[in-house]
Amino acid sequence: MKPHELTDHEGRATNCTMQGNAAMKGLKISAAVGMASLALAGCVTVEAPTEPIVIELNVNIRQEVIYRLAEDAGNTIEENADIF
Amino acid sequence: MGELMTKRLIKAVLSGAAIATALGGIAAPAYAQRDPAYAAARAAGEVGEKMDGYLGIVGTETAELRRLVNDINIKRRAVYSQRAQATNATLEEYALTAGCQAILATVPGEKYQAPDGSWQTRTSAPPMRDSRCP
Repeated sequence: MKPHELTDHEGRATNCTMQGNAAMKGLKISAAVGMASLALAGCVTVEAPTEPIVIELNVNIRQEVIYRLAEDAGNTIEENADIF
Repeated sequence: MGELMTKRLIKAVLSGAAIATALGGIAAPAYAQRDPAYAAARAAGEVGEKMDGYLGIVGTETAELRRLVNDINIKRRAVYSQRAQATNATLEEYALTAGCQAILATVPGEKYQAPDGSWQTRTSAPPMRDSRCP
Protein backbone atom coordinates (compact mmCIF):
# COMPACT_ATOMS: atom_id res chain seq x y z
CA MET A 1 0.00 0.00 0.00
CA LYS A 2 2.59 2.45 1.10
CA PRO A 3 4.97 2.13 -1.85
CA HIS A 4 2.08 2.28 -4.23
CA GLU A 5 0.81 5.49 -2.67
CA LEU A 6 4.28 7.01 -2.80
CA THR A 7 4.76 6.08 -6.43
CA ASP A 8 1.40 7.56 -7.34
CA HIS A 9 2.11 10.73 -5.46
CA GLU A 10 5.55 11.15 -6.88
CA GLY A 11 4.29 10.50 -10.29
CA ARG A 12 1.72 13.20 -10.05
CA ALA A 13 4.07 15.68 -8.46
CA THR A 14 6.55 15.21 -11.25
CA ASN A 15 3.90 15.65 -13.84
CA CYS A 16 2.65 18.80 -12.24
CA THR A 17 6.09 20.36 -12.12
CA MET A 18 6.70 19.49 -15.75
CA GLN A 19 3.36 20.94 -16.80
CA GLY A 20 4.06 24.09 -14.87
CA ASN A 21 7.37 24.53 -16.61
CA ALA A 22 5.83 23.97 -20.01
CA ALA A 23 3.12 26.51 -19.31
CA MET A 24 5.66 29.10 -18.24
CA LYS A 25 7.73 28.47 -21.34
CA GLY A 26 4.64 28.80 -23.51
CA LEU A 27 3.80 32.11 -21.85
CA LYS A 28 7.30 33.41 -22.45
CA ILE A 29 7.19 32.38 -26.09
CA SER A 30 3.79 33.93 -26.68
CA ALA A 31 4.98 37.13 -25.02
CA ALA A 32 7.98 37.22 -27.29
CA VAL A 33 5.80 36.63 -30.31
CA GLY A 34 3.47 39.39 -29.16
CA MET A 35 6.39 41.81 -28.82
CA ALA A 36 7.69 40.86 -32.20
CA SER A 37 4.32 41.38 -33.88
CA LEU A 38 4.00 44.74 -32.10
CA ALA A 39 7.39 45.73 -33.46
CA LEU A 40 6.39 44.57 -36.94
CA ALA A 41 3.15 46.54 -36.80
CA GLY A 42 5.23 49.68 -36.25
CA CYS A 43 7.22 49.10 -39.45
CA VAL A 44 6.23 50.71 -42.73
CA THR A 45 6.25 48.13 -45.48
CA VAL A 46 6.65 49.38 -49.04
CA GLU A 47 5.62 47.10 -51.86
CA ALA A 48 7.05 47.62 -55.33
CA PRO A 49 4.38 47.96 -58.05
CA THR A 50 4.09 44.94 -60.26
CA GLU A 51 3.68 46.96 -63.46
CA PRO A 52 6.04 49.67 -64.65
CA ILE A 53 4.75 53.21 -64.41
CA VAL A 54 4.83 54.74 -67.87
CA ILE A 55 2.78 57.91 -68.18
CA GLU A 56 3.15 59.07 -64.55
CA LEU A 57 6.15 61.20 -65.56
CA ASN A 58 4.03 63.89 -67.13
CA VAL A 59 1.41 64.10 -64.41
CA ASN A 60 3.13 67.02 -62.71
CA ILE A 61 3.00 69.19 -65.80
CA ARG A 62 0.23 71.72 -65.36
CA GLN A 63 -2.23 72.76 -68.02
CA GLU A 64 -1.34 76.44 -67.71
CA VAL A 65 2.27 75.64 -68.63
CA ILE A 66 1.10 73.78 -71.73
CA TYR A 67 -1.13 76.68 -72.72
CA ARG A 68 1.75 79.11 -72.32
CA LEU A 69 4.02 76.98 -74.52
CA ALA A 70 1.42 75.98 -77.12
CA GLU A 71 2.07 78.79 -79.59
CA ASP A 72 5.84 78.44 -79.45
CA ALA A 73 5.61 74.65 -79.85
CA GLY A 74 3.31 75.07 -82.84
CA ASN A 75 5.84 77.38 -84.50
CA THR A 76 8.67 74.99 -83.70
CA ILE A 77 6.83 72.17 -85.46
CA GLU A 78 6.25 74.33 -88.54
CA GLU A 79 9.85 75.49 -88.67
CA ASN A 80 11.19 71.96 -88.29
CA ALA A 81 8.76 70.24 -90.62
CA ASP A 82 11.43 67.75 -91.68
CA ILE A 83 11.42 66.05 -88.27
CA PHE A 84 7.70 66.37 -87.47
CA MET B 1 51.40 60.32 -119.43
CA GLY B 2 51.25 60.15 -115.67
CA GLU B 3 51.18 63.93 -115.41
CA LEU B 4 48.37 64.19 -117.95
CA MET B 5 46.31 61.66 -116.01
CA THR B 6 46.81 63.61 -112.81
CA LYS B 7 45.71 66.84 -114.48
CA ARG B 8 42.62 65.16 -115.86
CA LEU B 9 41.84 63.71 -112.46
CA ILE B 10 42.15 67.08 -110.79
CA LYS B 11 39.87 68.60 -113.42
CA ALA B 12 37.30 65.87 -112.89
CA VAL B 13 37.40 66.31 -109.11
CA LEU B 14 37.07 70.06 -109.36
CA SER B 15 34.14 69.95 -111.76
CA GLY B 16 32.51 67.34 -109.55
CA ALA B 17 32.87 69.63 -106.57
CA ALA B 18 31.39 72.51 -108.58
CA ILE B 19 28.37 70.40 -109.51
CA ALA B 20 27.95 69.29 -105.90
CA THR B 21 28.05 72.90 -104.72
CA ALA B 22 25.49 73.93 -107.31
CA LEU B 23 23.23 71.04 -106.37
CA GLY B 24 23.59 71.84 -102.69
CA GLY B 25 22.64 75.42 -103.40
CA ILE B 26 19.49 74.27 -105.15
CA ALA B 27 18.61 71.62 -102.55
CA ALA B 28 19.16 73.85 -99.50
CA PRO B 29 15.79 75.68 -99.46
CA ALA B 30 13.95 72.33 -99.43
CA TYR B 31 15.52 71.24 -96.12
CA ALA B 32 12.26 71.49 -94.26
CA GLN B 33 10.74 68.44 -95.95
CA ARG B 34 10.42 64.99 -94.48
CA ASP B 35 12.90 62.36 -95.50
CA PRO B 36 11.14 60.05 -98.04
CA ALA B 37 11.64 57.00 -95.79
CA TYR B 38 10.10 58.87 -92.84
CA ALA B 39 7.22 60.16 -94.96
CA ALA B 40 6.54 56.63 -96.21
CA ALA B 41 6.66 55.11 -92.70
CA ARG B 42 4.27 57.78 -91.45
CA ALA B 43 1.83 57.25 -94.28
CA ALA B 44 1.97 53.47 -93.81
CA GLY B 45 1.20 53.85 -90.10
CA GLU B 46 4.48 52.16 -89.11
CA VAL B 47 5.38 55.13 -86.96
CA GLY B 48 3.12 57.41 -84.97
CA GLU B 49 3.08 60.51 -82.79
CA LYS B 50 3.38 59.76 -79.08
CA MET B 51 1.88 61.89 -76.33
CA ASP B 52 5.30 62.81 -75.00
CA GLY B 53 6.29 64.65 -78.16
CA TYR B 54 8.37 61.91 -79.71
CA LEU B 55 7.90 59.47 -82.53
CA GLY B 56 7.05 55.82 -81.76
CA ILE B 57 7.02 52.54 -83.66
CA VAL B 58 3.45 51.30 -83.99
CA GLY B 59 3.72 47.70 -85.21
CA THR B 60 6.62 45.31 -85.41
CA GLU B 61 9.95 46.91 -84.75
CA THR B 62 12.62 46.55 -87.41
CA ALA B 63 16.20 47.75 -87.23
CA GLU B 64 15.51 50.22 -90.01
CA LEU B 65 12.43 51.67 -88.30
CA ARG B 66 14.28 51.92 -85.01
CA ARG B 67 17.13 53.81 -86.64
CA LEU B 68 14.71 56.16 -88.39
CA VAL B 69 12.72 56.84 -85.22
CA ASN B 70 15.82 57.29 -83.06
CA ASP B 71 17.32 59.69 -85.57
CA ILE B 72 14.22 61.89 -85.61
CA ASN B 73 13.72 61.73 -81.85
CA ILE B 74 17.30 62.81 -81.21
CA LYS B 75 16.77 65.79 -83.50
CA ARG B 76 13.43 66.59 -81.86
CA ARG B 77 14.97 66.41 -78.44
CA ALA B 78 17.66 68.87 -79.45
CA VAL B 79 15.02 71.31 -80.74
CA TYR B 80 12.84 70.85 -77.62
CA SER B 81 15.82 71.41 -75.39
CA GLN B 82 16.72 74.64 -77.15
CA ARG B 83 13.15 75.99 -77.16
CA ALA B 84 12.50 74.89 -73.58
CA GLN B 85 15.47 76.93 -72.47
CA ALA B 86 14.30 79.93 -74.50
CA THR B 87 10.76 79.74 -73.06
CA ASN B 88 11.91 79.04 -69.50
CA ALA B 89 10.24 75.64 -69.45
CA THR B 90 11.51 72.13 -68.76
CA LEU B 91 12.33 69.73 -71.56
CA GLU B 92 9.39 67.49 -70.57
CA GLU B 93 6.94 70.39 -70.46
CA TYR B 94 7.96 71.59 -73.89
CA ALA B 95 8.02 68.09 -75.37
CA LEU B 96 4.54 67.29 -74.02
CA THR B 97 3.19 70.54 -75.47
CA ALA B 98 4.78 69.76 -78.81
CA GLY B 99 3.21 66.29 -78.57
CA CYS B 100 -0.24 67.90 -78.19
CA GLN B 101 0.41 69.94 -81.33
CA ALA B 102 2.02 67.13 -83.30
CA ILE B 103 -0.95 64.82 -82.63
CA LEU B 104 -3.33 67.58 -83.67
CA ALA B 105 -1.30 68.03 -86.87
CA THR B 106 -1.62 64.38 -87.93
CA VAL B 107 -3.63 63.80 -91.09
CA PRO B 108 -6.26 61.05 -91.56
CA GLY B 109 -4.59 57.64 -91.85
CA GLU B 110 -1.60 58.52 -89.65
CA LYS B 111 -1.11 56.99 -86.22
CA TYR B 112 -1.10 58.74 -82.87
CA GLN B 113 -1.10 57.70 -79.25
CA ALA B 114 -4.30 58.22 -77.26
CA PRO B 115 -4.23 59.22 -73.56
CA ASP B 116 -4.70 55.57 -72.57
CA GLY B 117 -1.48 54.70 -74.39
CA SER B 118 -3.11 52.88 -77.29
CA TRP B 119 -2.31 53.61 -80.92
CA GLN B 120 -5.11 55.20 -82.87
CA THR B 121 -5.55 55.95 -86.54
CA ARG B 122 -6.36 59.57 -87.17
CA THR B 123 -9.70 60.14 -88.84
CA SER B 124 -11.30 63.39 -89.91
CA ALA B 125 -12.57 63.69 -86.33
CA PRO B 126 -10.40 65.51 -83.76
CA PRO B 127 -7.78 63.20 -82.20
CA MET B 128 -8.13 61.92 -78.63
CA ARG B 129 -5.64 63.99 -76.67
CA ASP B 130 -4.51 64.61 -73.12
CA SER B 131 -7.08 66.70 -71.22
CA ARG B 132 -4.41 69.35 -70.66
CA CYS B 133 -3.81 69.90 -74.37
CA PRO B 134 -4.91 73.30 -75.65
